[in-house]
Amino acid sequence: MVRTLLVRGLVLGLLAGLVAGVFAFAAGEPRLDEAIALENAAAAQQHGEHAHGEHAHGEHEHGEEVSRGTQKAGLFLATGLYGLAVGGVFALVYAGLRGRVGPRSDGALALAAAGIGFAAVIVVPFLKYPANPPAVGDPETVGSRTLLYLGMIIVGLLSVAVAVTTARSVPGGPWARWPAAVLAFVVPVVVASLLLPPVDEVPDGFPATLLWQFRLTSLGTQLVFWASFGTLFGWACDRAARPERPTVAA
Amino acid sequence: MSTMSARTASTRTIPLSRLVPWLLAVPVLLLLGYLVLMDNGAVSQAGGYLHELMHDGRHLLGVPCH
Repeated sequence: MVRTLLVRGLVLGLLAGLVAGVFAFAAGEPRLDEAIALENAAAAQQHGEHAHGEHAHGEHEHGEEVSRGTQKAGLFLATGLYGLAVGGVFALVYAGLRGRVGPRSDGALALAAAGIGFAAVIVVPFLKYPANPPAVGDPETVGSRTLLYLGMIIVGLLSVAVAVTTARSVPGGPWARWPAAVLAFVVPVVVASLLLPPVDEVPDGFPATLLWQFRLTSLGTQLVFWASFGTLFGWACDRAARPERPTVAA
Repeated sequence: MSTMSARTASTRTIPLSRLVPWLLAVPVLLLLGYLVLMDNGAVSQAGGYLHELMHDGRHLLGVPCH
C-alpha cells in the first residue's frame, strides 16, 4: 500500500514537474532572458577593466560554465526532479494522513492536502521572500536568504498544524470552526512575517514591471505544479479506490 | 450495482508500523530537493555546476538562487 502510494507520488510528481516546466519555459524564459540581459549590462559596467583579477583560484563567476541553451534544458530537469522529490514526500505524508485527518474520500484528501501544501510551502514563503529574477539579489547574502526562506516554509507548515489542531478542538459548528482554523493559520504567518528581517535587494533602476511579471510567473509555475499534481494524484487514488475496477498503480 | 463501498476511517488507516520503514525515503528525497534547488558545491562537490544547470529552474520555482 505505502509502496503503491510512493510510486504513484514519484511518477505523477515527475509528470506534474514537467508540465510546470512547460509553463515556466513558455511564460518565464522570456522574462529570465530580459533580466539576464540587464544583469550582463550592469556587470559589464561595474567590472570595467579589472574583470577577473580577484578570483584567481579558478572560481567561476556567474554564467559561463553552462550555456543559456543548456540552462533552458536544465529548467525541465530541475522542475522534473523537483516534482519527483515533492511527489514522493507528499505521497508519504498522504499515507500518514489517510484515515486519520481530513476528508474521507481519497481524492478529496489528495486535493485538500495539495492545496494546503501549496499555501504552506509556496505561498507563505513567497509573500515574505518573493522570487527574484537574475540581477536582483546580492550573491553574498544568498546563504542567509536561503535560511530565511526555509524558515518561512517551516512557519507555514507549523501554522497548518496549529490550524488543523484548532479546527478539531474548537466546539460549535462550521461557522466557529472554519474561521478559527483560518485565523490559527494566518496569525502565526503574519507575526513571523513581521518579526523576520526584510530582504530588499532590488537594484536601482530595475524595471518594476519586469520584476512583477517575473514574480507572477514564478508563482504561476508552482501553482501549475501543485494543481496538476494534486489533480493527478487525487484522480489516481480515487480510481484505485473503486472496487469494481482493477487497481491501477499509476 | 455496487457503488463505492462505504469504508470507515479505520480500514483506510495505514498502520504506523507499515509506514515508518518507508520514511527512510524522506531524507533521500530531501537531499534530491536540496541538490536541485540549493546546492552550490558544498554537498555535491561539483562546484557551481548544479547551480548553473538548475539555474533557470531555481529562479522560476522561486527559491533564492544568487
